[in-house]
Amino acid sequence: MRPPYELVGARPDPAFEISVDGRPVPVVPGQSVGAALHAAGVRSWRSTRFGGRPRGLFCGIGVCFDCLVTVNDVPALRACVTEARPGDRVRTSAADSGTAAARAGAGKDTAGKSVAGAGRPGAAGKEPGGESGGDDEGVNGR
Amino acid sequence: MTRVYDLAVIGAGPAGVAGALEASLAGLDVVVIDAAPRPGGQYHRHLPGSFHALRPGALHHGLERFMRQWEALRSRAEILLGHRVWAVERTGGDAAGGTAGAAMGAAAGAGDTADAGDTVDGTVGATTDATVTVRCLAGDREERPRAVRARALLIATGAHDRPLPFPGWDLPGVLTAGGAQALLKGSLVVAGRRVVVSGTGPFLLPVAAGLARAGADVRGVYEAGGRFGLARHPLLAAGKAAEAAGYAAVLARHRVPYRGRHAVVAAHGEDALTHVTVARLDADWRPVATRTVACDTLACGYGFVPQLELPVQLGCATRRDADGTPVVAVDAGRRTSVPGVYAAGETTGVGGAELAEAEGRLAGRAVAADRGRRVPPLPALARRVDRLTAFARALHEAYPVRPGWRDWLRDDTLVCRCEEVPLSAVREARRLGATDARSVKLLARPGMGWCQGRMCGYAVACLAGEDPAAPRRPIAQPVRLGDLAGLEHPPSEG
Ligand SMILES: Cc1cc2nc3c(=O)[nH]c(=O)nc-3n(C[C@H](O)[C@@H](O)[C@H](O)COP(=O)(O)OP(=O)(O)OC[C@H]3O[C@@H](n4cnc5c(N)ncnc54)[C@H](O)[C@@H]3O)c2cc1C
Ligand code: FES
Repeated sequence: MRPPYELVGARPDPAFEISVDGRPVPVVPGQSVGAALHAAGVRSWRSTRFGGRPRGLFCGIGVCFDCLVTVNDVPALRACVTEARPGDRVRTSAADSGTAAARAGAGKDTAGKSVAGAGRPGAAGKEPGGESGGDDEGVNGR
Repeated sequence: MTRVYDLAVIGAGPAGVAGALEASLAGLDVVVIDAAPRPGGQYHRHLPGSFHALRPGALHHGLERFMRQWEALRSRAEILLGHRVWAVERTGGDAAGGTAGAAMGAAAGAGDTADAGDTVDGTVGATTDATVTVRCLAGDREERPRAVRARALLIATGAHDRPLPFPGWDLPGVLTAGGAQALLKGSLVVAGRRVVVSGTGPFLLPVAAGLARAGADVRGVYEAGGRFGLARHPLLAAGKAAEAAGYAAVLARHRVPYRGRHAVVAAHGEDALTHVTVARLDADWRPVATRTVACDTLACGYGFVPQLELPVQLGCATRRDADGTPVVAVDAGRRTSVPGVYAAGETTGVGGAELAEAEGRLAGRAVAADRGRRVPPLPALARRVDRLTAFARALHEAYPVRPGWRDWLRDDTLVCRCEEVPLSAVREARRLGATDARSVKLLARPGMGWCQGRMCGYAVACLAGEDPAAPRRPIAQPVRLGDLAGLEHPPSEG
């Protein structure tokens, strides 16, 4: 059993599936749409209006509105506070705008690489020492 | 006639539930309203019954106690979960002329806010007392408008995380510290595999310890303040040594490094987080040296912002807390400057769940006393609140946000996530003559998006060179126009 489940001694009811942009995502009953997506390795599903940048959970409690989705044709729901129900059809703006955040398979490991719609490449790159994520050592003076 | 409760409580966290329970034990007719589907607020957020957790309290202290209070409350009070409050108004009593000018302490001794002579719609005697109308949207998808009326109101809406912007903070995989905690407590989802925790304040410790115990590989805790690291952590003072030692033991067991005067100053990745830049900071938080840490998740938080839109709508006076944050001003009975309106918990100053509960109890007892119930004084409770308040003040002073974080930003760093406003646009607005946060907002639009400035308000105020102000949001929660159209009375008519 996975560690958090051991920690609290959870034996959850059987999982069900919801469909997110046509792909199945497993849900433990009681989880929010956002929690289920995040747990399935899908980290982003909204595409921003101007930069077309990927967004997913940020505040996790319904105040930042970064995680908006459409559920069963009800638009602009906050995924982090919307409890998933069996049979839910979730549509994301990443799918609508054709960014790959959504095309990457739900249930896979990462949210996939974006191809279209991505404006600025994050804030990546310019910092020294970048790349390999060399861990705790490798101090760069500045 | 719609039912008029003696007391409406907004917020079913530690403060709201304790207050509602005291008031209903004293004989008041109480209604408790919360947007969430389950009680608990932030601290006592817990798993739904469908998880069948044998040890639900393993994720934090005191859940059993809270649930006992909740069960006691459920049999005595009306409970409205899944109800978002987007506006509150006050009518009758002395509310007719607007409440903004009500003086602090006007209500302090007066048990009764009823004042003959004030009227609704000009009909003398239509009410014998001021009432508060709480406007909610019920349900989590197709929402229905619903109005609740009460003679007194306790505001216990808590706080949300206070993020600081930095390059890459908008990348997927960057979460608030509270968000990571909420995923674990409420859904049993571990925020990531390889996680970095950064920010300032004692809250970083439970977040990191929780993630480590739940199986995450926590690559480090970077506390921007606290030069002396864990061994001299301020939690060790004032009776929290056991708690601090508990977290320290968990971090040690999982070999999680803890570094004071360090912070994540940039997040990197193409479409999701792959690594962060960690900097050693000087006393003002300017980066001195940097290194890179690989991770898929960053949990980041610089304290909390009390949710004040409802008290501000009612005209409740605010004051600045020890760290400059606006909070609701209250007297010893948690009475605000507006008669019949009380506040407790983080809305009156960020101080943690224990203090929130004690303040809630004081508030519930004061409401009951003010409404003519016999409530014996409880000096021990007042002393407890004083002690915990002093402790909270000491923590605020130990963990100030220092101005050097502005040096972390680049021209293209988004300050406002919703409207995608980069630092350069904020600077341009200042060059055009915007000298305060309001004019910066009008020119560059930070804080004008969905979150209404909740995420960027603090940073925008700092960048505009002023202290953050209490939020003026006539609509406390985004509302669909259709729902407004469905109202029986537009809010202005009450
Ligand atoms: C995301 C997050 C996680 C946290 N986790 C911890 C933790 O693990 N450990 C810890 O020590 N502290 C934690 N805190 C700090 C927290 O503030 C606690 O100190 C404590 O929960 C405060 O209690 P409270 O009663 O004042 O408010 P809260 O517990 O925040 O309760 C407020 C309640 O009001 C409701 N509410 C707010 N606005 C509205 C509205 N407009 N309409 C209807 N309902 C509304 C909310 O849904 C919530 O249930 C966390 C804070 C945040 C923001
Ligand atoms: S993650 Fe912030 S609103 Fe859902």
